[in-house]
Amino acid sequence: MTHRIEINAVSKSFGAVQAVRDVSFSLAEGEIVALVGHNGAGKTTLIKLMLGLIRPTSGTVRVLGGDPAADPTVRARLGYLPENVSFNPALTGRETLSFYAALKRAPSRQVAELLDRVGLSAAADRRVRTYSKGMRQRLGLAQALIGAPQVLLLDEPTTGLDPALRRDFYGFLDELRAGGATILLSSHALSELEGRADHIVIMGQGVKIADGTLDALRGIARLPTRIRVRLAEGEKRRLDGGAGWRPVNGHMLEIDAAPEEKVALLRAAVGAEIADLDVTPPTLDELYAHFQDRQREAGR
Amino acid sequence: MRTILVIARKEIQEGLRNRWVLATTLLLATLALTLTFLGSAPTGNVGASALDVVVVSLSSLSVFLVPLIALLISHDAIVGEAERGTLLLLLSYPLARWQVIVGKFVGHLAILAFATLVGYGAAALALAATGGSGLAAGWPAFARLIGSSVLLGAVFVAIGYLVSVLAGERGTAGGIAVGVWLVFVLVYDTALLGLLVADQGRTVTAGLLDALLLLNPTDAYRLVNLGGGAGAISGMGGMAEVASLGAPALLAALLLWTVLPLAAAMLVFSRREA
Repeated sequence: MTHRIEINAVSKSFGAVQAVRDVSFSLAEGEIVALVGHNGAGKTTLIKLMLGLIRPTSGTVRVLGGDPAADPTVRARLGYLPENVSFNPALTGRETLSFYAALKRAPSRQVAELLDRVGLSAAADRRVRTYSKGMRQRLGLAQALIGAPQVLLLDEPTTGLDPALRRDFYGFLDELRAGGATILLSSHALSELEGRADHIVIMGQGVKIADGTLDALRGIARLPTRIRVRLAEGEKRRLDGGAGWRPVNGHMLEIDAAPEEKVALLRAAVGAEIADLDVTPPTLDELYAHFQDRQREAGR
Repeated sequence: MRTILVIARKEIQEGLRNRWVLATTLLLATLALTLTFLGSAPTGNVGASALDVVVVSLSSLSVFLVPLIALLISHDAIVGEAERGTLLLLLSYPLARWQVIVGKFVGHLAILAFATLVGYGAAALALAATGGSGLAAGWPAFARLIGSSVLLGAVFVAIGYLVSVLAGERGTAGGIAVGVWLVFVLVYDTALLGLLVADQGRTVTAGLLDALLLLNPTDAYRLVNLGGGAGAISGMGGMAEVASLGAPALLAALLLWTVLPLAAAMLVFSRREA
């Protein structure tokens, strides 16, 4: 597997502030990677380093085999969507996209194709001033897709998109990944990323605090899976296989199962007379909170 | 090269869209036409070419107006894009930062050149149509006026970019731009005049005066336009005789005043972390 982006022991300081400390990870071809962290965790700094807009204080950043800060031509094969993307409001969507296509030396027919793809064809000749937030975000996405980039860096891409557009957006990403593109998503909307990101990098206060697939992170965190059952009418209010069941809302029982007891507890639940069963593995939000707390304790 | 032209084209497109081009051209044309007809009334038949009179009045106007317009369109070029959030995206494209500065410079200078040529050209054509005296002799001076006005604009566009890459906020850039304009257009000459009066020719030699005049691009511009045949009817005639600067030295000074701030802006911008 070839690495499209390699971040190796990278630190970056702005004056006295250390934005990123000794971070290493790599992104492979055809992978969707989620970069997760609170505000100020260093996500945007990492993206700027990958774009070559800033240089690392120490360590190396290699993108598509080159140094993005020294060689701007690397950026021709990169697509970037900044957080809160903005455009000159006086130009139309088509003019804006044509400008960026010309800078990337992409054929001008791509402009109409991309506008169509993000559903802006009808509004293409209106000024950006008249666009809604979602339309601007879609124009931003179209801009990032110019020239069929091999690497896409998307900073908070779904803010301002309604649920239908979000689904379309993740549909695009799957298509692009199928075409071999590497996609880095930075996001707060963790629940959205579940089942979509192949690989998750969690940042906290400039340090990488976890890195792996969602399953691997669940394994490390050892967070309990929540099992909730609704008992059939008349069934006595207890279940075998553990005293940890607690009643919820009268008809329901709930337990937090550690990874190794999960299967035994499920058997016990299915053995009883139940009307319904819900199994909720730890969400990305919970995982994130867990790794953050661990980081905070380690910092003390 | 293509990148520079793409950026220049976008600046021109924006200038047309937000009416900057229209406003500047109309402003210059209106003022030039007013000065032409007011200014040519009192000359009667004293022998001065009508076009020479226009050159003198227009260059006195340009000294104030052209730097102001140039600073207005240039001081916002980088800091404004940074504040609106469009700069980050632009820099993520495959281009070098100096290309951004040069591209904007070409675009802004094209806007300024168009406005000057059309605005002042309208005045000259109106004069030709009404049949002023001795027009033929005045054309070289008029061409020099337009050329040097564009060059003066280039100087202040370049200074505006330097302000724009150094300032952290748009408001700061605007304030500094106003300060730059006041110093070069008003304060410097007043101070120089005060110095000459107080000194009574003891320490300020002709050579030192030349140097002091070249240190202000607006003085170099005045000397370019008022040194020749038009000098006789302008207040600068006396100054132009004392100053032994030829046209090549003056033009070189204006070019240097363009290239140095532009190079400094490119250097600062390239080193800056965005």
